[in-house]
Amino acid sequence: MTELRSELIAKRYRAERRFRFYGATALAVTAAFLAVLLVSIVWQGLPAFLEKKIQLEVTVDPAAVDAANPVAGDYDKLLREGLRTLFPEASSRVLRKALNGLISTGGSDDLRSRVVADPSLIGKTLTVPALLSDDADLYLKGQQTGVTRAPGASAIQIAPLEGEEGFLITGDTPEKSPEALPGQLVQAGAVNLRITAAKPGYVTAEALTPMEPAMQQLAAGQWQLVTLSVPEQDRRISDVQALWLEKLKAEGRVETGFNWRFFTAGDSREAELAGVRGALVGSLLTVAVALAFALPLGVAAAIYLEQFAPKNRFTDLIEVNINNLAAVPSIIFGLLGLAVFLNFFGLPRSAPLVGGLVLALLVLPTIIIASRAALKAVPQSITEAALGVGASKQQAVFQHVLPLALPGIMTGTILGLARAFGETAPLLMIGMVAFIADIPSGFTSAATALPVQVFLWSDLPEAAFKSKTAAAIIVLLVVLFALNAAAIYLRKRFERRW
Amino acid sequence: MFLWTLLLVVLLAAGAYMAGRQRAIALQGAAGVRLHSLPSYHGYLLAAAALIGGLALAIATALAFGVHSPLTAVAAVIGAAIAAVPLYGKDTPDFRARNLFERVVLVVLVLCSGVAVLTTIGIVFSVVWETLIFFRSVSPFEFLLNTKWAPTGTPPSFGFLPLLAGTFLVTFIAIVVAGPLGLLSAIYMAEYATPRLRSVLKPVLEILAGIPTVVLGFFAALVVAPLIRNAGISVGLEVASESALAAGLVMGMMIVPLISSLSDDIINAVPQSLRDGSYALGATKSETIKRVVIPAALPGIVSAFMLAISRAVGETMIVVMAAGLAANLTANPLAAVTTITVQIATLLVGDQEFDSPKTLSAFALGFVLFFFTLFLNYIALRIVQKYREQYD
Repeated sequence: MTELRSELIAKRYRAERRFRFYGATALAVTAAFLAVLLVSIVWQGLPAFLEKKIQLEVTVDPAAVDAANPVAGDYDKLLREGLRTLFPEASSRVLRKALNGLISTGGSDDLRSRVVADPSLIGKTLTVPALLSDDADLYLKGQQTGVTRAPGASAIQIAPLEGEEGFLITGDTPEKSPEALPGQLVQAGAVNLRITAAKPGYVTAEALTPMEPAMQQLAAGQWQLVTLSVPEQDRRISDVQALWLEKLKAEGRVETGFNWRFFTAGDSREAELAGVRGALVGSLLTVAVALAFALPLGVAAAIYLEQFAPKNRFTDLIEVNINNLAAVPSIIFGLLGLAVFLNFFGLPRSAPLVGGLVLALLVLPTIIIASRAALKAVPQSITEAALGVGASKQQAVFQHVLPLALPGIMTGTILGLARAFGETAPLLMIGMVAFIADIPSGFTSAATALPVQVFLWSDLPEAAFKSKTAAAIIVLLVVLFALNAAAIYLRKRFERRW
Repeated sequence: MFLWTLLLVVLLAAGAYMAGRQRAIALQGAAGVRLHSLPSYHGYLLAAAALIGGLALAIATALAFGVHSPLTAVAAVIGAAIAAVPLYGKDTPDFRARNLFERVVLVVLVLCSGVAVLTTIGIVFSVVWETLIFFRSVSPFEFLLNTKWAPTGTPPSFGFLPLLAGTFLVTFIAIVVAGPLGLLSAIYMAEYATPRLRSVLKPVLEILAGIPTVVLGFFAALVVAPLIRNAGISVGLEVASESALAAGLVMGMMIVPLISSLSDDIINAVPQSLRDGSYALGATKSETIKRVVIPAALPGIVSAFMLAISRAVGETMIVVMAAGLAANLTANPLAAVTTITVQIATLLVGDQEFDSPKTLSAFALGFVLFFFTLFLNYIALRIVQKYREQYD
């Protein structure tokens, strides 16, 4: 009998522990999800805050840059020529195109501003940094393929194969032939080879750039073996481009800097030139409009409902309405903005003004509910004391209750703004989703918002934009954390308990 | 331009305040006259009159002549003068400036609270109006009963059943994920966690709640969807690159904080005396929770689930980015589906012609979405009202 009972108790305690374990697991799963989310986004996004440039010697050719009008010069061409002097082996059209693909089409801004500032540089040779293209940038950041470089351990001979295309690589003795595998790359100066087959005693290779001269002797250490882990067809950088970048890196021409452009430039079709400034300004303008409308309206509505409203049908209706609006999907507010603000009132599309109005309506219930809670928390005795010394009801509310409720109201408002800042769906409806390269200049100019920029970039096929998207998300999350921290600070600093 | 006019109106109001206050002070200074209201109320009244009069006429002018017309500034001055000048002459000792001003303030407050009602009317008006126009070209029966959704096809087809199925599928997955996780989290937080652990766990849930859905959508498309796809392929399953499962899982994680915070509040509201009674009968903590606390909190928990479903049905960005556009009528969570919100978003992005059924169908979908979520919210409210146990 006692045995049975203790068995039962043990069973019940096991159930207790199990239940408790389920709860802890649920929380652990949630926390793990958040951690994976944040880590994967930071991991993806951090490299986008750095950019790679290469140092090039560029002769500012008077034929390309007119001293009378230096702004209009073709600086991209100068950079391309500077790059070509480093790689004379890029003699064919296809190879030149591959070479030019290494640098960004908009990378000549540094050079341009230097020459414009000092036109006497025309005709001289300068060392300038050139921004790399997005693919070259990703390659150097190691995001396209794994790279291993091994310096050549022995001396080798390169000679053309007899009777067929390609080259034969042998060591100085048959035993010392390079231990290479098909697909590996051999680089030495202007020699760029890809191994096609490895046989005992020798390997065959194909030339990626023309071999001049066709027979070469390379001592140990003069050449290197480069291995790329991702096959050529699966990456955006070709073998020869990779070899050139490796050479630039070995020569110390590659430099890494903080990507200021990301914060100073607007959107661009070229991933390496795109920045979030336009979206950030658009977001700020939009949220400013939302604040300007939602804060006064929300606080006024809260004051009325909490302090003055008689209990009747009309105020019941308003309360039910506010609670319902708080749960209406945000995309419905977009439909409202489209049908009412754009079509009925004829306000401009894509404008922060309209976006702000829509977001104001969206966060209005949040602000009203938070403000009412803050007003309710002020004890009745404050009002009664004011009334007791002869103040009118409005004087009591505006001069005593409202100032005491203000920290709570501000906290609620900031949280509402944080919600507005991260909101995307309603802005899609009212046209704030176009490609806009300019920084918006006012409340009615075409703009986009930061979360919408995230959405737009996430849709682009280029690999570099994946990183940019994550970087834009980091900016967005930093702003949101700052807003929330401000709200928490306000609450901690000014919270009063009666 | 109109911003300058607004600034002008504010300046005029400030001027009116100064003028009114000065005049009241001057009157009071003259030989023992005692005004009913404080001088500043005379100022406020004039300022309110100038503000309202100036704004009204300026906005009317802007509507008539365009926002950029310089006439708005002229109108602002005239309007302010018409409204404020007659009051300026009325400063007799028995003039009750404060009472009049407070009445104006009260009217403004009532109007501000009315904005919420106006918003609802605006939503209903816009979705119902465009939906009626839509049903002129597409019969409601086709919309409700057809099983093919192809608004851009030739001929276009507007059967919304695949969208409804997709919405329900994603929502179902989300609730299956979020329901147990959210509820168990809430129970652990409310009943087991020490205050210190609670102070760590609560911010975690709050941070998750504050992450914009576009970020979750990016995560779903970039990390979760490939993960599910690779896992599926490794066990030999056919998985679409944009699957309902990926969107549903991430959406479920989005809803966990909502369910857990609502349930947490409800569980905390169950009186301690009920628990104590259960303990006194020898029940363990988990038995108390399962047999006493949860049944007592059930109406609130059900209503929390209703709100969570309504949130999932209306969620847009996660499904836009992770669930895809293929309108498949399927219950297979590994297939690509589309939802009502995705279709609204894709139909209305870009330039719309407002006479085409394609654009209008988005409003019909909005109509369905709005009233469906409204219905869920109403049910949630009714459950709480009807079944809530009244303690104390």
